Amino acid sequence: MSLLAAILIISGLFFFTGGSIGILRFPDFYSRLHPAGKLDTMGLLMTMTGMALYTVQEFTLAAIFTSLKILLIIVFVFITSPTATHAILDAGVRAGLSPWTAPGKGERE
Amino acid sequence: MESFFLYGAIYLSLIMILSLYRAVFGPTVLDRMIGVNAIGSKTTALLVLIGLIYQRVEMFVDIALAYACLNFIAVLAASRYFQKRKGLYDEHH
Repeated sequence: MSLLAAILIISGLFFFTGGSIGILRFPDFYSRLHPAGKLDTMGLLMTMTGMALYTVQEFTLAAIFTSLKILLIIVFVFITSPTATHAILDAGVRAGLSPWTAPGKGERE
Repeated sequence: MESFFLYGAIYLSLIMILSLYRAVFGPTVLDRMIGVNAIGSKTTALLVLIGLIYQRVEMFVDIALAYACLNFIAVLAASRYFQKRKGLYDEHH
């Protein structure tokens, strides 16, 4: 069980790394939102389920409640992260940020 | 297993520096918000990791939950605020 938790946490950290590098490398504000959303949801899901599994090993009532609370955090973040990303996007669109077009394909519009 | 959590926590805080770069140097204010949002979600994971290191998971899970709520509300408030202000996108755009 703890090996499974370790594997989950490591894959969660992998998603965190991928998301962070994605936020840095992507060319435009709009495209950066994609890894930001992925990092929030996927990274947290993996890491938190890994930790919830590790906590639930003791099978005491308190441990079960704690891992339930960890799952609550996951559900909460899954609901709020898209809303937050949408709020940022809405602010960007209203401010008139035009989406990035690849240098080559820009002229054809 | 303890040291595994410790190394994971250290690794996670190192990744935060990556998104800190976006939060500091982001061209537009909204890029900075993405960076702060990313750091915020990493902190929630880091909090529960620290709870596991200190064997006080109950306390740190509550803190992480509160932090997730705060992070969400902060992003909403900031994006609502920046909608109205003029200096949002970079001037030379």
